[in-house]
Amino acid sequence: MCLAVPGKVLKVEGSRGKVDFGDGVLRDVDLTLVEAVEGDYVLVHAGFAIQVLKEEDALKTLEIWRQILELEKESDVAGL
Amino acid sequence: MQAFRFRDRSLAAKIIGKIKEYDVKATFMHVCGTHQDTLLRYGLDSMLEQVNVKIKAGPGCPVCVTPPEEYEEAITLAEKGVIITGYGDVIKSPGYDRSLLDVRAKGCDVRIVYSVSDAVNMALKTDKEVVFMAVGFETTAPSTASTILNDPPENFSILTCHRYIPPALQELLRLGELKLDGLIQPGHVSTIIGLTPYEKLLEEFNIPQVVAGFEPLDILMAVLMLVKQIHEGTPRVDNEYVRSVKPEGNLKALNMINQVFYPSKVHWRGFPEIEGSGMKIKPEYQEYDARLKFEDLLKDLNRGEFMEPKGCLCGEVLRGVVDPEECPLFSVRCTPQSPVGPCMVSIEGTCQIEYRYRKTVKQVKR
Repeated sequence: MCLAVPGKVLKVEGSRGKVDFGDGVLRDVDLTLVEAVEGDYVLVHAGFAIQVLKEEDALKTLEIWRQILELEKESDVAGL
Repeated sequence: MQAFRFRDRSLAAKIIGKIKEYDVKATFMHVCGTHQDTLLRYGLDSMLEQVNVKIKAGPGCPVCVTPPEEYEEAITLAEKGVIITGYGDVIKSPGYDRSLLDVRAKGCDVRIVYSVSDAVNMALKTDKEVVFMAVGFETTAPSTASTILNDPPENFSILTCHRYIPPALQELLRLGELKLDGLIQPGHVSTIIGLTPYEKLLEEFNIPQVVAGFEPLDILMAVLMLVKQIHEGTPRVDNEYVRSVKPEGNLKALNMINQVFYPSKVHWRGFPEIEGSGMKIKPEYQEYDARLKFEDLLKDLNRGEFMEPKGCLCGEVLRGVVDPEECPLFSVRCTPQSPVGPCMVSIEGTCQIEYRYRKTVKQVKR
């Protein structure tokens, strides 16, 4: 039920957007719950975007993983 | 972003190695069907068992925890001529002795939708009453709230079955049936509610918690973070899923939930009634509350006398005290093709996931 799928916002019209889920799958998504602009990646659950995904946050994930795994070289997780 | 490989095998091996180094024997619980899916799909459960970590599935499937009487409300309305809409798994789940799908086969107007918006669009095209059976945790509730705030048509209303997950976690820990050493918190519920509710659980139960994403490496990392907390002897709330979960959650979505709903005491399948765990519609939006709107149609509904189907252990499965295979009906009388309880109906249900990936066929004892 709580499955959410990321997609790229191609176009915003009012509170709705056209979101590209890859492989040519385009859907109308309600953007009311987030502040999304064209080009953003959003996480979509049951037709509503619930979060905007930022590249810097994804990079933070890598940083946390590196710290926890106590990897010496950054290159160990680069290319993840 | 395409450069990420959240399914990297060598990194998975590294994480498992690290968990092994900490040498901690532990049982953790998650409360999300999608976590269970990832665990079994990628065989993480057996990898983790080899390093002494067991992961139990808790009440993480909204369709499964919705008690029979709430399905029965929708079924009753459908039989009395109301158009009922809901997600696919909702339509298939049993009330007392039948599902919405069963009554659709008898001519009732029951429609599967992908989103609550689809249900509103259906209401715009008809003069008949359209009810959306709104099942889901905090991930799903904002979409319902936003719809109500968006001035839907008069012939549209909501049968709210939304639930807050933290009170259920609290209840589960209070019941203390299982000795749990940590909780893997659901990434998408947490995207909405943030970390604060878990801090309260930490205060009351001093239990290690990590919010996790849904890729295989997310879950392995979350386990490593939990094991690390145990090793260090400092239970806390860690966030592994930083790419989606902010400490404060999604404030816009939270505000909408708070604007439209208030917490109430409701029944969960397998649990006693849980204080503050249900989302009721506030009086200012009562025109959209199907329970009030159709009070007359629902007044004869038999409530509170329901027993689970004979032999069905969905309640115990939802509390994590019984594994699907321990249920006498599992894969014998209860299969995805012919499910007895909701845990076998829903694609997020622990029993269906178990059946799908392990394909265990129990030998019927002669």
